[in-house]
Amino acid sequence: MFEDLSSKIESAVQSLKGQARITDVNIAETVREIRRALLDADVNLEVARRFTDEVKERVMGSDVLNSVNPGQQFTKIVYDEMVKILGEERSDIAVAHQPPTVILIAGLQGSGKTTFSAKLARYLKQENNRNPILAAADVYRPAAIDQLKTLAGEIDVPVYSIEQKDAVRVAKEAVSMAKSLALDTVIIDTAGRLHVDEKMMDEVAEIKSSVEPDEILFIVDAMTGQDAVNTAKAFNETIDFDGVVLTKMDGDTRGGAALSIRSVVEKPIKFMSTGEKLDALSPFYPDRLAQRILGMGDVVSLVEKAQQEYDEKQAKKLQEKITSDKFDLVDFYDQIQKIKKMGDISDLVGMIPGAGKAVEDADLSEDTFKPIEAIINSMTPEERHNPEILNGTRRRRIAKGSGTSVREINQLIKQFDQMKKMMKSMSKMGKMGQAMQGLKDLPFGK
Amino acid sequence: MGWLDKLGLKKEEKLDKGVEKSREGLLNKIGKSIAGKDKIDDATLDDLEDALISSDVGVKTTIEIIDRLEKRVARDKFITQNELQQIMREEITALLKENRPDQPAEFDADFPAKPHVIMIVGVNGVGKTTTIGKLAHLYKKAGKNVMLGAADTFRAAAVDQLKIWSERADVPIIQQGQNADPSAVAYDTVASAKSRNADVVLVDTAGRLHNKKSLMEELAKIKRVMGKVVDGAPHEILLVLDASTGQNAMQQANAFTDVVDVTGLVLTKLDGTAKGGIVIGVSNELNVPVKYIGVGEQIEDLQVFERDGFVKALFGE
Repeated sequence: MFEDLSSKIESAVQSLKGQARITDVNIAETVREIRRALLDADVNLEVARRFTDEVKERVMGSDVLNSVNPGQQFTKIVYDEMVKILGEERSDIAVAHQPPTVILIAGLQGSGKTTFSAKLARYLKQENNRNPILAAADVYRPAAIDQLKTLAGEIDVPVYSIEQKDAVRVAKEAVSMAKSLALDTVIIDTAGRLHVDEKMMDEVAEIKSSVEPDEILFIVDAMTGQDAVNTAKAFNETIDFDGVVLTKMDGDTRGGAALSIRSVVEKPIKFMSTGEKLDALSPFYPDRLAQRILGMGDVVSLVEKAQQEYDEKQAKKLQEKITSDKFDLVDFYDQIQKIKKMGDISDLVGMIPGAGKAVEDADLSEDTFKPIEAIINSMTPEERHNPEILNGTRRRRIAKGSGTSVREINQLIKQFDQMKKMMKSMSKMGKMGQAMQGLKDLPFGK
Repeated sequence: MGWLDKLGLKKEEKLDKGVEKSREGLLNKIGKSIAGKDKIDDATLDDLEDALISSDVGVKTTIEIIDRLEKRVARDKFITQNELQQIMREEITALLKENRPDQPAEFDADFPAKPHVIMIVGVNGVGKTTTIGKLAHLYKKAGKNVMLGAADTFRAAAVDQLKIWSERADVPIIQQGQNADPSAVAYDTVASAKSRNADVVLVDTAGRLHNKKSLMEELAKIKRVMGKVVDGAPHEILLVLDASTGQNAMQQANAFTDVVDVTGLVLTKLDGTAKGGIVIGVSNELNVPVKYIGVGEQIEDLQVFERDGFVKALFGE
């Protein structure tokens, strides 16, 4: 349904090729694309605007256009910026010095508080060996208490509830109950409430002041739209929560609300709820959410590639070696290692200066490199640096050592020589496309 | 408005309450951008665009609306604030589909079939069960024989929740308890409604995320079995959307329509600050009307959706 943002960025940046620098004018279209993608992902309008402004600032100061692959570098900047805002550090739930630890759960109607309360109880019990009790402080919604009791029964956790419709009393008594039963954790499930409902907001504030929770979690439906900022702000003003929980992440929503909330209240996202089963709870991974918001399922590999990709310095060094004829079998071996790390070889076009097209056309698989590696490994350092000295005797020795044949070694050396020449001619021409054109016209050989 | 008097509801008041916030946002922005000008410039259109986006109308639909406005502005050259609002109203109203005559929204209207079976679907937490409670009450109040079917047998205590609503609305409920086969419950409900001569049957279903294939197939089955008892049942399939939901509502609507042919929308939780603008795009693209809006937690807090009223209220009239 959504076009992949990374490909949009790449094609937008493609059109900038040949421009010396990124400017306000030539980047406008790309920035607009990014903003639209964010809005489609439910990032709040103001937040999206601020975000793209920051990205713009970063790319304008960088030399993205001069990098080996500007599109990917640009995408990486967008992605990194988003991960940064979503929060790089994991943050855990507070533990009281003096038990019990009291955790208050709050949020809008239907955000998934009751299910999350049970999931959290299970999580703390199983993963942290805690002994929780659930407090049924949603005294309004029909059968909410039954729901909590049913879920708690599945995980064998006690529930504290009373007949009277007094949420504050439930919370207070649950805490004293925990003390008397020596239970170390109280999770208070509260009723869903609208942030504009003063009476209900007063109630949750009163629960807070009467039990002084160690941790207050604000539960948000991951499908929330533009209004997420208003509710998060209002809840934060009233109860100053410690963390955010994103629920219903097993849907196909992009989850941009999380970015909005992080931007306006700067509280960490602590958990993601990913299913109806009580074990469907996971810690928050900012990288995964960033990928989702950007609609780039393949970004993990993309970013990994971009990270492993030569930075400009490396690329320049290689270029120099090629032009000054110092490219040897050691460098060749390095290239192979890099190619292998990057995985799918057909994706590599453009990453190896000059050689990209040749590699792509050759239809290579990882196995292709095995004999080459073995051959180079069987050489002495001197032979690797100066392949010219490889006479018949040396070649026979290497063939033996690498379990290959002299014919294969001859072939490798021939390929290496050809590649070297080709790379040299390409790097002289500067640009890949022109180089390929140039190949037709330029005779091989010195 | 006869039915409203019967229900004792002050409709305009409630509707105003519901959309007040969205109206404020939109009007403020339009007002600001138009103040002191007698024609529209790009900045004004940009502000309109922002206002629509902020109401969750979505980029695609917003651009559609703005494009049409731009064309008219280019043609008419001179447009005042009133004219702009008028055009805007027309454009948005045109995107919101009308009810089909055989699926009237008014609670006292006659249905072509008896029993008239309505199935309620939606993702988790949008307010399906609460909506059914309100619908039951309003139908009953309008003099209909209503029956409820508790086919959400999955969520813990969902049956109990619906049962409490059935007591509040004073209507019978067919249930088999937690973890029963939802199709069997739906079948029983319609069969029993038929034999007891009920006018309206409201069948609750478990909330399910639209990307879960097996759960969606289950929904298709629940729908199918009802048709075996009463021809053409369910006669209506209402998709409940939470007004605070963003662009994902479009995916929800698409997926539910693919599986069970949604015939109408219910927009809930409009009493908060969420604008629910996504229904404009959903109604337009799927060609289904918005039938009801939920504006509170009380049993009376449900209204028949009115396009003109909704759009007018959006512009503060």
